[in-house]
Amino acid sequence: MLAERSIDHVVLERGEVANSWRRERWDSLHLLTPNAQARLPGYRYDGADPDGYMAMTEVVAFIARYAATTSAPVRTQTAVTSVTADGSGYRVATESGEIACRSVVIASGACNAAHVPALRAAVPESVACLSTLDYRNPAQLPDGGVLVVGASATGAQLADELRRSGRRVVLAVGEHVRLPRMYRGRDVLWWMEASGVWNQRYDEIDDLTRARRLPSPQLVGTPEHATLDLNTLSAAGVELVGRLSAIRDGRALFSGGLRNLFALADLKMDRLLDTFDEWARAGARDGEFGSPVRFESTRVPERSPLELDLSSGEIRSIVWATGFRPEYGWLRVPVVDHKGHLRHDGGVVENAPGLYAIGLPVLRRRKSTFIVGAEDDARDIVSHLAGYLDETAR
Amino acid sequence: MAEKKVEKKLKNGVNVDALLAAREALKKAPQAAKFTWRASCKWQKGTHSRSKVKGFHGLGEEQKHKTEFSFDVDHPEIFASEDIGATPVEIVLVGLASCLTAGVAAVAENRGIKLRSVEAQLEGAMDIQGILGIDSDVRNGFDDVTVTFKIDAENASKKDIEALVAQSQKRSAVYDIITNPTNVTVKVA
Repeated sequence: MLAERSIDHVVLERGEVANSWRRERWDSLHLLTPNAQARLPGYRYDGADPDGYMAMTEVVAFIARYAATTSAPVRTQTAVTSVTADGSGYRVATESGEIACRSVVIASGACNAAHVPALRAAVPESVACLSTLDYRNPAQLPDGGVLVVGASATGAQLADELRRSGRRVVLAVGEHVRLPRMYRGRDVLWWMEASGVWNQRYDEIDDLTRARRLPSPQLVGTPEHATLDLNTLSAAGVELVGRLSAIRDGRALFSGGLRNLFALADLKMDRLLDTFDEWARAGARDGEFGSPVRFESTRVPERSPLELDLSSGEIRSIVWATGFRPEYGWLRVPVVDHKGHLRHDGGVVENAPGLYAIGLPVLRRRKSTFIVGAEDDARDIVSHLAGYLDETAR
Repeated sequence: MAEKKVEKKLKNGVNVDALLAAREALKKAPQAAKFTWRASCKWQKGTHSRSKVKGFHGLGEEQKHKTEFSFDVDHPEIFASEDIGATPVEIVLVGLASCLTAGVAAVAENRGIKLRSVEAQLEGAMDIQGILGIDSDVRNGFDDVTVTFKIDAENASKKDIEALVAQSQKRSAVYDIITNPTNVTVKVA
């Protein structure tokens, strides 16, 4: 889009194109979006399985081909060490030299480092700890029980995979987002896009801070289009406990508020399905789909322990599926808040003319961090950027 | 310019506009959001004590209730006590009930739901072998707390009401205190 406007630009990548998907994801990971939603400007998935979910190697190839097809001016193996404001522009320092520019778009995403809660320090030495950036496959972990902390998409997927490896798995469940994989015969993410939910703009959302912090929905991409919710996990033998609240004297303490988190997630899912049904009805499209259904409430375990002895040897490892955080140590412009997040308005960084961000949660729309969300956000950002360059050139 | 005071018709009597305004103001002044609640307690006789609540700290300064509130707390006669007041654990149930009920009213107001009646029945199951030191595997506190709400509202479906109650728990101080570990330091002056 910058090329279309003849705006001179360069894309800096610290590793290879699609680096994160090459280096920082686990072996069995597939996209949780169907391949038909792998769409970038003028480029789309053209494989044989539009309803399927690409493996990471395929994602890497997809993005690398896009870079090649569009002749994006990418400089690989070029890590940015600092960005500083310099007069009417910015100075970008890399290991291979400095770049002076009038505008910078931060596209490093929100997942640069694993967010592991401070209470990790109280885990007994005998228990191995892995973040989801470290995790590759079950063989990495010692034999024996695993405590997975966090019931996001990652937490749910890893709990499932580790359970299949024959281990005892305890999953500590905090706030989570429940979704069925298929609804009325279509992928649930097809509904998110078609109904317009994904297009909801950031300035139309009541509690934007909350929307930006929502955990990823409990989805997995499998050929069977399987639903991966807490009922599926508990049926497979994963033990559900409440949110990990504290570790005291080598004992993990879990919240007793699990029931309500189940209720909140079930209610939220039902409201979303109501939205889909209303959209289908309003558009007189009910005939295209199966009948509306509602799913079984999340089953509450009969006895959910409030604590787990981490020194007893029953639990040999902990996988922290507690989210990610962005890393802005290299950004020497005062635009990061006390929680480590960029201060921006729809991707326009505040108090830093010419500085933009893209690819952050609900940057401009609910679909901002999905492949299919890149195009509309990019168009908006480039439009603003071009306007800025025009104005400041005078 | 004189401010025109518009009396907004409140459905349930909760001034959510004021709460939302306070929320916005406190986002910009997080220090003012640091409150300290207080209670003082004087032993009377036997297991009977009297606690008082008046002052608290918040919005950057000392505050106080309009009047001082007093609570006589005791144990029942089957515990060989005088039964001058409710037990401490019943006071905890009262705390939970009132916190959740206030929350239901506030969330209902915010969502435009007009409540006709809200009643809650609470039960805290406890094996007293714990507090009597008979069995160290038995905890002192509640094994289970059950809250049953009966809510009648003018313009709300069953799902709406379930959502009200779920949201009330989500934002309840006492629910959090009871379901999650809380640091307690007991010193001797």
